[in-house]
Amino acid sequence: MSVKKKFKGLSDKAVGWLFIGPTVLLLLAINIYPLVYAIKMSFTNFYANKIGREPQFVGLKNYIKVLNKEAIWEKMQVTASFMFWTLLLQAIIGLGLALLLNRKFKGNELLTTLIVLPMMLSPAVVGVFWTYLYNPQVGLFNYVVNFFYDLGSFDMIGSSTLAPWAIVIVDTWMWTPFTMLICLAGLRSVPNYLYEAAEVDRASKWQQFIYITLPSVLPFLLLALLFRGIENFKMFDMVVELTSGGPGSATELASINLKREAFEKWKTGYSSAFAVILFVTIFGFGNVYVKVMNKIKER
Amino acid sequence: MILLFVSLFSFSVNSNAKSITLGWAAWDPANALQELTKEFTAETGIEVNFEFVPWPNFADRMLNELNNKGKTFDLLIGDSQWIGAGAVYGHYVKLNDFFDKEGISMSDFSPATVYAYSTWPKGSENYYALPAMGDALAWAYRKDWFDRPELKSEFKKKHGYDLGVPANWNQLHDMCKFFQGREIDGQKRYGAAINTERGSEGITMGVTAAMYAWGMEYENPNKPYDMEGYFNSPQAVEAVEFYRKLYEDCAPPGHSDAYMVANLDAYKSGQVAFQMNWYAFWPGVSKEDSDGRVSGFFANPKQNVAAATLGGQGISVVKYSDKQDLALEYIKWFARPDVQQKWWDLGGYSCHNDVLNSPSFPTSTVYAQGFLDSMGIVKDFWQEPTFVELMLPMQEAIHDYVVNGKGTAKEALDKIIEEWVEVFEADGKL
Repeated sequence: MSVKKKFKGLSDKAVGWLFIGPTVLLLLAINIYPLVYAIKMSFTNFYANKIGREPQFVGLKNYIKVLNKEAIWEKMQVTASFMFWTLLLQAIIGLGLALLLNRKFKGNELLTTLIVLPMMLSPAVVGVFWTYLYNPQVGLFNYVVNFFYDLGSFDMIGSSTLAPWAIVIVDTWMWTPFTMLICLAGLRSVPNYLYEAAEVDRASKWQQFIYITLPSVLPFLLLALLFRGIENFKMFDMVVELTSGGPGSATELASINLKREAFEKWKTGYSSAFAVILFVTIFGFGNVYVKVMNKIKER
Repeated sequence: MILLFVSLFSFSVNSNAKSITLGWAAWDPANALQELTKEFTAETGIEVNFEFVPWPNFADRMLNELNNKGKTFDLLIGDSQWIGAGAVYGHYVKLNDFFDKEGISMSDFSPATVYAYSTWPKGSENYYALPAMGDALAWAYRKDWFDRPELKSEFKKKHGYDLGVPANWNQLHDMCKFFQGREIDGQKRYGAAINTERGSEGITMGVTAAMYAWGMEYENPNKPYDMEGYFNSPQAVEAVEFYRKLYEDCAPPGHSDAYMVANLDAYKSGQVAFQMNWYAFWPGVSKEDSDGRVSGFFANPKQNVAAATLGGQGISVVKYSDKQDLALEYIKWFARPDVQQKWWDLGGYSCHNDVLNSPSFPTSTVYAQGFLDSMGIVKDFWQEPTFVELMLPMQEAIHDYVVNGKGTAKEALDKIIEEWVEVFEADGKL
């Protein structure tokens, strides 16, 4: 009653604004304002650590510099490769695990709980303990690999060939359960009568998978990959703890490079331009992806 | 009610107590300083709170604090390379007037440490810190292995000279390689734990130990910031190539991102015959070897010239502190010769001449003479206000060449110069 009395005299629209107002203000303060500020800074030669030095307008110079810098394209390649392999592996293994756990068997719940445990850990902690697992002298990973196939001593983190795979393996280990859970939700939403009808039509298990399971679960899988894609594009903590972006710059993802430029070298203007370019890239890819996903859903 | 009253009363007592906060890196000397400071509190009644930050985050944490004009710290024991930024950006209090007033003379401290830790511009008489902790990069070796007759004779037969403290980097390499993969007491051992860390300053501090010994200069002495032909001179290139050879031939497996603690661990666990590290760690190493049979220590070997990478720090008063008077009182106390002697006795590296020139100093510990030798030949990385911007490209390019095996040493050094020119241009120096 008291709430009604309080809002008496306010239109529905006004009440609506009253409810969403704080959220809008918060979004403007912590999302929109920094974005606009970063865009503004990207056209200047601002260095945040040079106290008392006024930023000067430099036009598109920072953007040209970022796009012409060979090292930036190397980081983008590293990021693209990391994203491609992690998404591919997480899609295949995640879907496989979901198909397995969709069957009813003893210990199903326990197995599901165990599988999702890695994604509940902190990425930084995961990065730290995998450095021990990858240790060539005492690490469990090398021991297991050598148990099955004698490769001798190899250094997953210290080798420029193996280090990119080291981060792919850890990310896949950690986040495949996420893809699996989303796919499992998709699988459990497929009505049983479809399979019953297929059985009546004498469709093989493979045909059932291709014509019923896969189309039903695909929108879910694509959604999971969208989330993972966005997350991996800005991947930072796990990789920093695991390899620090090394050896050399073999695993220096775009986000790590951006942090170094912005908060270690303090090139605020330059790094703002880099951030805007990354934002536009992920925003563009994200939009195209969502459109494709919607088309698949409509089919 | 009584409890509430008592707790409120005790809170008000605490908030009125005189206290300051000192920031430093989290390592052995910091614990020694904490111990030493108890005497300051007993004498003055001023409580000193400590915040020790692990080395990998030390620069980030402290420099962000200073850039944000933070008041967390009243005193800061900042790295030698920060002195330029501390002075130019006004983070540190200039101490000249205070020194004059209190009769603290910089001539009482080792000239190399005053130059490195206190002055900006370099060599001027503008002091922004009191030399607090002298340090340089040096080496420890497994003396007990070196003393084994069978290893000694095998080495002599192979190389034609005695296994012992290496006279130069070539001998160091010979010895490291001699131990690489060798089985001693049923365990596989390796040559040397050297700096390879990429994230902060590790590999730069390591590779410069070689570059300085080969005679590298950062810039033309007659034309500041002119680096072409100096930083990438043939000697500098040779030194970087040598460091890579040392890494490839002598480092233990998995030692691709290692700095102070990793080197120490590799050595203490008996993996390696040599470790490269700061003098700051030698008291700890020495403490576990009471009869001095296991470990020996030596200054950075010379190659073309005698030189060593400078470490260490000065203690500064933070400009944004509300308790500058208390912080200055601490510096006044710390500068006292008797306190400096206790500092050395507890495991800190005093820079005070009374301590260093004492006749008993060279024999006071097994590493004391090496420390004296090193402090006479130290060289430091750029101490410019932009030192972080200068450090990062070097870290990346050197790691890429030494650990990743990418490109050539000359290309790595050229790339660093290219980035440094950009930094100096942005800073208005070029």
